[in-house]
Amino acid sequence: MHVEEKFTAETWPAAPEKQTLEAKNKFLGFWLFLGGETVLFASLFATYLALKDKVPNAEHALAKDLFELPLVFIATMLLLTSSLTSVYAMYHMKNFNFKKMQLWLGLTVLLGFAFLLLEIYEFNHYVHQYHHTFTSSAFGSAFYTLVGFHGGHVAFGLLWITTLMFRNGKRGLDLYNAPKFYVASLYWHFIDVVWVFIFTVVYLMGMVG
Amino acid sequence: MASEQTHSGNPKVDIEYRRKKSAEEMRYQIVSFTMMIFLTLVAFIAVGYGDFTAWFIVPFILLLAIVQVVFQLYYFMHMSHKGHEAPALFLYSGLFVGLVTVLAFVTIIWW
Repeated sequence: MHVEEKFTAETWPAAPEKQTLEAKNKFLGFWLFLGGETVLFASLFATYLALKDKVPNAEHALAKDLFELPLVFIATMLLLTSSLTSVYAMYHMKNFNFKKMQLWLGLTVLLGFAFLLLEIYEFNHYVHQYHHTFTSSAFGSAFYTLVGFHGGHVAFGLLWITTLMFRNGKRGLDLYNAPKFYVASLYWHFIDVVWVFIFTVVYLMGMVG
Repeated sequence: MASEQTHSGNPKVDIEYRRKKSAEEMRYQIVSFTMMIFLTLVAFIAVGYGDFTAWFIVPFILLLAIVQVVFQLYYFMHMSHKGHEAPALFLYSGLFVGLVTVLAFVTIIWW
């Protein structure tokens, strides 16, 4: 099997993401990258935990003054659901159904975009309502670095998936692009994994005090 | 495992078998997604409505988060499939370094 080979639903391999040498290398390299990303986010989490609620005086808002459960809950549901829609996309990829894969990827992008808009609204709200900015306190710096880095990952993931969808729109599925879609969906799940810790450690633990 | 190639010599039989396998796997994915939503709801409700103390609630929601991440890793990210030894090594090394970093920052930083 080579990259440019044309497939039908019958001849499409069961593990299209790992058929070529390039795909195998991509798979391994991507997981190495995710290991590094784990360390990166862990250091941001550690910094946040150390600097949480460290503000210069009593006028500054603390975590329990800032966060509101409904907003975080909606954001969480959006991102969790987008993780499921990308699972559906990979399901159709394995079944060699390019159109349905594109459809579910499109849904994933829409949900991710809604999440991002909500985050922008949230940051804007904190800045204008509470004067909680990147430079207002150590707490502010740590908070915006951690949550903003995650938001940046979401934005990058959206660009990545959209680019893949447009670049391969007319090509259809083959062994050249199947690993690309697969790796992008892994990245999307990783973003979701990080968010699970953000909503728990930053928001829920912030509300508890 | 759905990732195994089958060779019955008859592509029609193969494809039906594989479709069934991936549909079955998709069902597991839905179940794990439902579990993830459930765990999230429990965590939010515990924080939103409960009169629990922080001593109980912090370890409790952390535990819920860890269980949910295990679901993500093993079902959504296919860590339960074969050929994931190297990814597991990378991921657990990353988690180990991360855990040590978090531990250090929350215990020995004093400002």
